[in-house]
Amino acid sequence: MDKNMKILVVDDFSTMRRIIKNLLRDLGFTNTAEADDGSSAWPMLQNGDYDFLVTDWNMPGMTGIELLQKVRADDRLKTLPVLMVTAEAKRDQIVAAAQAGVNGYVVKPFTAAALKEKIEKIFERVDNP
Amino acid sequence: MDRLNADNYKSEFENLLREKTEELQQRLKEGELTEAVAVIKALQDARDQILYNEVGRLTRGLHTAIHNFHIDYEGSSSVSSDMPESLSGMKDATDRLDFVVKMTEKAANTTLDLVEEGMPVANSIGQEVRELRVRWKKLIDRDLSAEEFRALYWEMDEFLTKTDTKSSKLYDQFSQILLAQDFQDLTGQVIQKVTSLVKDVESSLVDLIFMASQVESITGIVHKVDAKVVEVDPNQGHGPQVVESETEEVMSNQDDVDDLLSSLGF
Repeated sequence: MDKNMKILVVDDFSTMRRIIKNLLRDLGFTNTAEADDGSSAWPMLQNGDYDFLVTDWNMPGMTGIELLQKVRADDRLKTLPVLMVTAEAKRDQIVAAAQAGVNGYVVKPFTAAALKEKIEKIFERVDNP
Repeated sequence: MDRLNADNYKSEFENLLREKTEELQQRLKEGELTEAVAVIKALQDARDQILYNEVGRLTRGLHTAIHNFHIDYEGSSSVSSDMPESLSGMKDATDRLDFVVKMTEKAANTTLDLVEEGMPVANSIGQEVRELRVRWKKLIDRDLSAEEFRALYWEMDEFLTKTDTKSSKLYDQFSQILLAQDFQDLTGQVIQKVTSLVKDVESSLVDLIFMASQVESITGIVHKVDAKVVEVDPNQGHGPQVVESETEEVMSNQDDVDDLLSSLGF
């Protein structure tokens, strides 16, 4: 797993973005950028070479699931690993996210250990398909 | 109380209706047509009167419900006097909840600032300890030259002074983090106020619906109730689960989510 990989953190609450960025930094990932919803994240994903997307579900404008669907429908971005970090915990939603092609799903409130484990699992699969 | 009155009105009207109907039948049987018409007239008047009262009550109830919806801060006495001044200007629930969002955001940012400042301090203490330890071990093993020993001697002195300063700094940051949690008290009070407001409005509306149903039963209005199905966009989230769920539909923790995902082949 490349610790220098470029990560985009998408959440409408700035404090949650800060918490996720801090946890990522503790895990050794310092190359992070932020967006406050799907619509502002989309042009960033199109223009920057992001290696990993961490997104919330419930956001004004474009939601996380819509962003995920857009990413998977885009030829250039469709293989981008996506981790959903969200308070949405309904069975249907988790199934929907899985069907939309999410790589990992962490429910809030979460622990640093849970985030670490999911990220490691995602990149284990990406690196050894 | 209103409901009790309404019930009285209604039963009064029912009794009157029963009584007058019997009288009407009696009059008709005996062929007293003029009296019979007078009975119908009296019945109509009573109904009009009750209807008039009910509409009056309905209007008053509506007025109260609307009034309750805009409870002013000045008007509510139960708020403690040590509330911040910024609260006193609040006029409605939306403002109050906005205030909660701002307060919690500010507290979270303050805490995050302090944690971000403190982490490198804790880290640097650890790093210095690790460096010193290597040479301390050499000292224990009697593996240190006289020159190295002199350097270590003064470095240890410097380390102790620095660690003293750093630990005070950390302690200070911890107590500031502690203080930053005071938002819970203030936002808790505001949320409780909004909750009781919502409850008041809810009961006012239930009363209104009840009054309206009285008017309907007296006037004999029957209307179809359309069960409107609210379409939910599955892409819009539901937000956090506030009540811990026992159902299969909601995952209560990360382990449940992981189990579900692994059952889907993840």
